[in-house]
Formats: sequence, structure tokens, C-alpha cells
Amino acid sequence: MAAATLDSSQKGKQKQVSQSYWSLVWWKFRKNRIAVIGGFILLVMYVLICIFAEFIAPYDLEHKTNYPEARPQTIRFLDSEGNFSIRPFVYGLEKKIDDKLRKRVFVENPQVKYPIHFFVKGDPYKLLGFIPGDIHLFGVQSDNPEAYIFIMGTDSNGRDFFSRIIFGGRLSMLIGLLGQFLTIIFGSILGAISGYYGGAVDMFVQRFTEFLSAFPDIPLFMALAAAIPKFWSPIAVYFMLTIILAFVRWGGLARQVRGLILSLREREYVLAARSAGASDSRIMFRHLLPGTMSHVIVIATLSIPGMILSETALSWLGLGLRPPLTSWGVLLQEAGTVYAIRFTPWQLWTVVFILITIMAYNMLGDGLRDAMDPYSAR
Amino acid sequence: MEDGNKFIEVRDLHVEFDVRAGIIKAVDGMWLEINRGQTVGVIGESGCGKSVTARAIMNMVPKPGKISGGEILYHRKNKDTGEVTTIDITKLDPDGEVIRQIRGGEIGMIFQEPMSSLTPVYTAGTHIYEAVSLHRLVPVKKVGDQMVETIMTYRKVTKQEAREIAIDMLRRVGIPKPDQRVDSYPHQLSGGQRQRVMIAIALSCEPEMLIADEPTTALDVSIEAQILDVMRELQHSVNMAIMFITHNLGVIAEMAEEIVVMYMGKQVERAKVVDLFYDPKHPYTQALLRSIPKIGKRGERLATIEGMVPDPFHLPTGCVFHPRCPMFMPGKCDRIVPTNKEVASNHWASCLLYEEV
Amino acid sequence: MVNYILRRLGYAVIMIVLVSFVGFCIIKLPPGDFLTQKLEQLRARGDRSAESQIEALRAKYGLDRPFMVQYTTWAVNFLKGDFGESFQYERPVKDLLGERLTMTVVLALATLIITWVLAIPLGVYSAVRQYSLGDQIITTISFIGIGIPGFLLALIILFFAIVVLNQDVLGLFSKEYIDAPWSVGKVIDLLKHLWIPALISAVTGTGGLIRIMRGNLLETMGQPFVEAARARGLRNRDVIWKHAVRVAINPLIVILGSEALPGIIGGNALVSIVLNLPTIGPLFVDSLRRLDMYLAGTCIVFFTILLLVGNLLADLVLAWVDPRIRLE
Repeated sequence: MAAATLDSSQKGKQKQVSQSYWSLVWWKFRKNRIAVIGGFILLVMYVLICIFAEFIAPYDLEHKTNYPEARPQTIRFLDSEGNFSIRPFVYGLEKKIDDKLRKRVFVENPQVKYPIHFFVKGDPYKLLGFIPGDIHLFGVQSDNPEAYIFIMGTDSNGRDFFSRIIFGGRLSMLIGLLGQFLTIIFGSILGAISGYYGGAVDMFVQRFTEFLSAFPDIPLFMALAAAIPKFWSPIAVYFMLTIILAFVRWGGLARQVRGLILSLREREYVLAARSAGASDSRIMFRHLLPGTMSHVIVIATLSIPGMILSETALSWLGLGLRPPLTSWGVLLQEAGTVYAIRFTPWQLWTVVFILITIMAYNMLGDGLRDAMDPYSAR
Repeated sequence: MEDGNKFIEVRDLHVEFDVRAGIIKAVDGMWLEINRGQTVGVIGESGCGKSVTARAIMNMVPKPGKISGGEILYHRKNKDTGEVTTIDITKLDPDGEVIRQIRGGEIGMIFQEPMSSLTPVYTAGTHIYEAVSLHRLVPVKKVGDQMVETIMTYRKVTKQEAREIAIDMLRRVGIPKPDQRVDSYPHQLSGGQRQRVMIAIALSCEPEMLIADEPTTALDVSIEAQILDVMRELQHSVNMAIMFITHNLGVIAEMAEEIVVMYMGKQVERAKVVDLFYDPKHPYTQALLRSIPKIGKRGERLATIEGMVPDPFHLPTGCVFHPRCPMFMPGKCDRIVPTNKEVASNHWASCLLYEEV
Repeated sequence: MVNYILRRLGYAVIMIVLVSFVGFCIIKLPPGDFLTQKLEQLRARGDRSAESQIEALRAKYGLDRPFMVQYTTWAVNFLKGDFGESFQYERPVKDLLGERLTMTVVLALATLIITWVLAIPLGVYSAVRQYSLGDQIITTISFIGIGIPGFLLALIILFFAIVVLNQDVLGLFSKEYIDAPWSVGKVIDLLKHLWIPALISAVTGTGGLIRIMRGNLLETMGQPFVEAARARGLRNRDVIWKHAVRVAINPLIVILGSEALPGIIGGNALVSIVLNLPTIGPLFVDSLRRLDMYLAGTCIVFFTILLLVGNLLADLVLAWVDPRIRLE
């Protein structure tokens, strides 16, 4: 066996080795059913929510109706007379005064049936900002302009909550990716420089991360987020928030990368590259950083949920994103009060969506960690 | 009662490890006998099952391994009456009262890794107290109420006595300033000192046998010699049997009276030291001995054993050594499993060369 | 040992000074301050004397002076126990924090205790019975626990309490004790209410700690010293608890300071906001929203002190249990 590998050329051998590492990772990952499910859920959510939100959501984000705080309608196949129809339908809504709650409520009116159709015409939109369309995945078709379907109820302005969750997910899920992307850039570059050169950068990275870790992170987020000027444009607020999240979090990653680089730079292949006259940047980008890749991917995957949750918590507290921007955290602002929980508990559907996302990331990240760790037993 | 001198008999022992990729037969029909006061060397390549055999004798085969067949007979002698009872260790509850008395109390064990065989948060002394308070009893003379003669009863050692025993043991294994070292933590001791402490712990309960699992492999050669000296000296003073496991032929020649050679979980040869070194019968033993460098034969390449240790999931048929054997007899060795035969007086080998088939 | 403690203490003091300064900077960052907000409100109401009123207040609070002067004045007074005045409540910050500080510490402690009391035995069980049904159940639960942040769990619990059980589980005291002076009865009442928010905050940390404990113990049980202890004839229980767990728990104490405590402090703050508990958390968020500078600054310093004291204690405990650190 040893003789066989010795004969093959150095280049061929390296390629073979790296291929077999990633194919081994892929093989191990695929065997882990939980991780595959997590990855699949995320893929579906990102595609549907981030790309096709306008199509998936039956109504526009700001489409106000005359049905504020309406309960979710039940999707039915059987009507009150026991007639079965293949095509599902919802009952129309009717205003009533609830004596017990002393409040105006909307109840389903079994006299009015709106059949549910796929691919119905509705609010016009521009997919990805430039592809115009007005077809939505599902909706009700009726001559009555007041015919609506609210599968998760409405908010206090009568806006369809399901649509709002879908649109809100776009900002929340992207902030996780975007923030983590910035973290990786900051963290791995500063970590690599600090590990490879040591010196002033190392000193700075070490002291800075130490200092940041002296703050409890959530209160620090809050204070930083509160410092974003209120008159900034929504887009600027969004990016500033992303930068804040990345700024507080890059230290941990930098420390890990630094440690890895410190151990990698003494390896024979790096010494060989250096004695062959490779430049520092070549050694760093060709030899050292690729060696930290698998670690960085795992750490990144496992910390995206934290990013998403931080945004959610901050926006929920009114310190992060603010309307008209809509994220899951912004939706929680209205949903998270005792009043809302009592009278419009369906708004907590947001929590379900957040939890699914977080769980899926954890499942994926855990699976990746097991797959990428050559020493893991499972 | 047959031979009163027998201490441990391992008979046709099988130990299997059920890992995900399949079942590994770590010990596959092992036979071994150790007499009281005798030093038996067990030698073989790494992975041949020698350490697993030792753990099976202590009934502590690590998970996912288990003893799947055979028996380990332990001829236990009562310290007062001299009466011998025979226990099959494989049948004991692995966390039961009896095996726990045997472990440490009657059979001591020292390990390959002195650096990590001591619990880092306890002092050398604490380790010894722990063992001594479990196993060492102090005789108390008491006059019986009705009978005239005195009956021996025992009590546990006190903390003060345990400390004295610990200091005394550390002194006997050659640790300088034992009354200070007794309060040292493992990280404050050198590798050689740690192995001495391990020996002190094992011997503090005056066991009748010591299993030494490659005790000097991790040490420098000069320290190795000192440790071996300590072990030999102590053995003479307390008349204790030793099962000495190693892959170092030089060490074993120095320590053992009898040698057992293992290959792939089986005993392939057993003989007195001199017989084994001067007249090895099994081709594997012969090959092993050829691989030792010899003084005065410069310029010659060392002999190696052809081929690789076989894949444990796909053991060869017949004699497991046949794919690497220079005396391979086609049609025989790959079909028939050899049995253990006495090929000369007190010299056993399992090889088809010595069988009529 | 004394040296070590002094070094850690010195480090903590330097950190508190730095944090208070940086915290003060961050709080001064947003354009405008509480008084400009108030000025706008007064103007909107058409109050003619608004300008002069605000100017008077500005002078009173020293907001017209340079930044460094403001900071040093506040910091020096801080050491004397005067944390400045809250603009919004027009009361000394000290009075506002008073009892809330105790509650914050009590809640953090309770969360910490629950986390450890649950996580250690479950983690040990999970490792000792690796791959058993129990291990799989514990692993699944801890996995879910890691994924549910305390404040969302608090919302879910609140939902069940309000919608399903039709009652509010808010507050740390029953009605009759809220304004009552401290007594044995009040403490018992507190403990009766405290465990719910503490448990909610503990869920995430417990899940993580179980996984870490399991991993550490599995690794430790593969170490030769565990086998050596068993070979000395110790019973299995003693081998596991006195040797394996005793060693495997040390890294957890390190994590306690660096990762668990910040999580607990932040988590408690969020859970307190959902459940409306009288801790510093809700006050802090409110003060940030309203640019109530001294109140927010004092809160952030207290959070940090809490964390640093926790870290210091963790360091001391570690030195106490681990001779490798104690004797260095």
C-alpha cells in the first residue's frame, strides 16, 4: 500500500487526498438522516422565502383589509351541511361583538364559501425586484372583493399574517447569512493574520476579543443597537444591525482560526512550501486558510441561529429593525405582548417559524461537525 | 485439588469487540497458565490481544468488547487457612464484591501510560490510601467468648496507618523524599516517578500477582532499566507472580522465566526463556527473533516479517499466520487450524509443521 | 495562590473601568439625548418656556459639559455609590435599581443552580449509558433545548398560561407579598414563583451543558486513569464519580465563566422582559429606548460586574478543585 502511493506523483496524490476527504465528508453527512433533513428544510425555506416570497404569500406585505385581528380560517372539505367537496374552501368572515371579551371579533360565516385555488391572480409584485407578476401560489377566487383567505389570521391592521411571516422571514433569514458572512471575513482574516504573523495584530485581536468577552453579549447588542440613529433609512438600519452583529461575534471565530493556524503553520507541508520560496500570502491563502475551512464552516453554521435570534430579540425589543421593515422580530413586537397573546394568539406562529429555522440550523451544523471531524466515532 | 501451585489458568478464551464495521475477535482461543510466584512474559505485536487477555483476567474488558467464550480459572488461596477455592472469573459480576476484592487486592495491575494512569486531581498518597483502605486489613487479636483459642479478625486500616503504608511503599519503589512526595500531584512527578507510584499503588495491597501491561514502553531506556530493577527486587521480596506484557524481546528475556508468544488473539508458542530464544519452534517466533539486531553483524539488513497484519474483519482461513509464513504449506495451512502441541518437553507450539495431517 | 487571586482581581478592576468607559461612550453615541427628546415633546405641546426649562435641566445634569468631564464625574460618583439620576423617572438611579439588583442576582443564581443540577446528572447518565434508550432521549431533549431560546420559550409558556390555563404567570410574588416587607413568607413565596423563569432561562444552557458534560465524560472515561482506578478494585460508581466525573467537570467550570454566565445574564434579561419580572433587564431596555443615559450606563456596568464576579468565582472554584492550576 505504501509503495503504491509513493509511485504516484505528488500533485496527483494531493488531489486524490483532498477529494477523498470531501467525498468522505459528503458520504458521512448523507448517512446522518437528521442533518440531511435539517439541510433540506433550510434549502426549501431559503428558496421559498428569500426568492419566491412574493409568489408564496397570497397578499402583499402591506395589504390592509377590513378584517383586523381576524382568527385564522379553517381550511375545509366538509361544509356545515355535510357536503363534501374535493376543492378545499374557507368560510367568509363576519363581524360580531364578543360579549365575554367585550370586543369586536370576526367569526366564520358558514353561508359564504370561498373555494381555494392554486395560482390565482392577486396583488402585483416584482420577483427578485425585477420579474413582474401577479400570480400567487394559492388564494380564493370570488367576485366579492372582500373575499380573503387568512390561514394564520390577521394583525391589528387587517394584514394577512401568513404573508407577513413569509416576508418577515426574508429579512430575518438573510441577516443570519449576511452577518455570518461578515463574521467569517473579519474572523478568518484577522484570526489568520494574528496566528501567522503574531505581533501587533495578534495583540489587538487577543485583547479585543478578551475585552468583548467581558461584556455580557445581549446587553451589549442592545446598547449598540440603541445607538443606531432613528432617522436612518430602513436599509441603513438593516446593514448597521448586521454589522453590529458581526462586530460583536467575530472574535470567537478569530480565536479559533488563530489556534488552528498556529498548529498548521508548523506542519511539514507548510515548511516545505516556505522552503520552496512561497510568499507569505500564498502560504496563507493556498495552504493555511483552506486547512481551516471545515472548522470555519461548522462554526459558522452553528452560530447562524444565534445571529437570527439576536436580530429577533433586538427587533422585538424595539431596538433593532423597525416598521416599515418587517422581520420576525418586528412581528413579535406586536405579538409578544400580554394583550396580543390573549386576543390574537395566532400571531405566535412567528415563533414556530423561528424555531423551525433554528432547529434546522442546529441539525445541519451538528451533522456537518460530525461529518467533518475525521476522529468522530459516529 | 490438582496442582496446588497453579494460580491462573486461561482456557480457550474468546473476546469479541462488536464495532459498527463488524465483529473483531481480539482474543480467539487463548490458553495461558501462570503459577504462583512465576513470571510469565506475554509477547506479540500490537493488536495481537495481549492487553485484552490481561483485562479479561481482571474481568474488565472495555466496551464494546465482551468475553464470548472460554474460562479463566483463578485458584484463590485463603490467607489464613491456606485453603484453595477455584473461581471462574468470566462468570463473575463485573462490578460485584468478589471481583472487586480480586482487582487490586489479589491481582494488581500497572499500565503502559504512566503519564495518564494517575487521576490528575489526587495526590500520590491519595491513590495509595484509596487502594489500601479497600483491600488491606490489619489483624486484630481477640479472645473468643467461649472458645479458648484466639480467632483472627480484621479491621480496616486507619488514615494514619494508610499514610505510613503509602510513605513506606514510595520508599520501597525508590522515590526520594517519600514523606514529601506522598503529597505530590501527578503533574509534579516525572514519568519514571509516576510509574514508580503506579507500582507502589499496585503493590501496597500485597497482591499475589501483578499484571504489568507494557510498563516501560513509554519510558526512556535508562528509566526503563530502573523500573525493571524495582519490579524484580520487589518480586523477590514478596514472592509474587508477574504477567509481563510487552513487545520488547530484550525486556522480556531479562524479566520472564516462561514466555508466551501471541499472534492474532492466539497463543502460538510457549516455552522457557532459554528454549524459546535458542530453539524457537513456530515460524512466527522464528521471524520475530530474526528481527532483533545482533551485535557483531554489521551491514546486514534487519529481517522483517513479510506482509501486513491481516485485516481483523477478514481473518485468513486455517492458520492465521499462513499468508506471512515462510514455511507455508499450500493446501494444509490455509485449510486446517493448528492445535497446541507439546513439541518438546515443556515447549508448546501450534503449527502444522508439528502435526500429522 | 494568593498571587493568582490578586492577579484575577486586578484584571477584573481594570475591566470594569474599561467597560464603564466604553459603555458610557456607546450610550452617548446616539445623536441627541433624553433632553432633546423631551424638548420636542414640550414644543409639540406648545410649551413656550420649553427652551429655558430644558437648558436648566441640562445644566443641572451637567450635560452641557465636555464628554470626559461628564464621564469622570459619573465614574467618581459611581464609586461613592451615587449612580446619577434617571431623567425619565426623575429619581436617583440607585433607588430604581435597589431591589431589582438583588432579584437579578437571585434569578441568575437560581438559573445557574438549575442548569447544573439538571445537566450534570443527565450528562453523566448519558455518557455512562452511551447509545442506550435513555441516552437517546436525553440527547434529543438537550438538542431541542439548545434550539429554544429562553425568551421564545417564555412567550410559549405565557401563551399556554393565558390561552389554555387562562391565568397570568407574571411577576415573582403573589399579590399579597408584592409590597410587603421582607419576611420568611415572602422568601418562600419568591421561591415558589422564581423557579418558572429560572427554569425557562435554564433550558438553553442545560441542553448545551448536557452535551458538553457527556462529551467530556466520554473522553475522560477513555483515559487510562479510569481503567487504573477500576483495576484497583473500586466499585463502578466510585470509578465514575470520584475519578472520571471529578476530572471531566473541570473544563465545565471554565465554560461557566466564559460562556454560560453571559448567556444566563442576557437570557435572564430577555425572559424578565417577557414575564415582566422586577430585574434590571426590563429597566435597561427601557432606559436604552429613552436614552436615559445614567440609568442605562449603570445597568451595563452592573451586568458587567455580575459577569466579572461570576468569572472570578469560577476561577477560584477551578483553582480550588484543580491542583494543576492551584499549584502553578
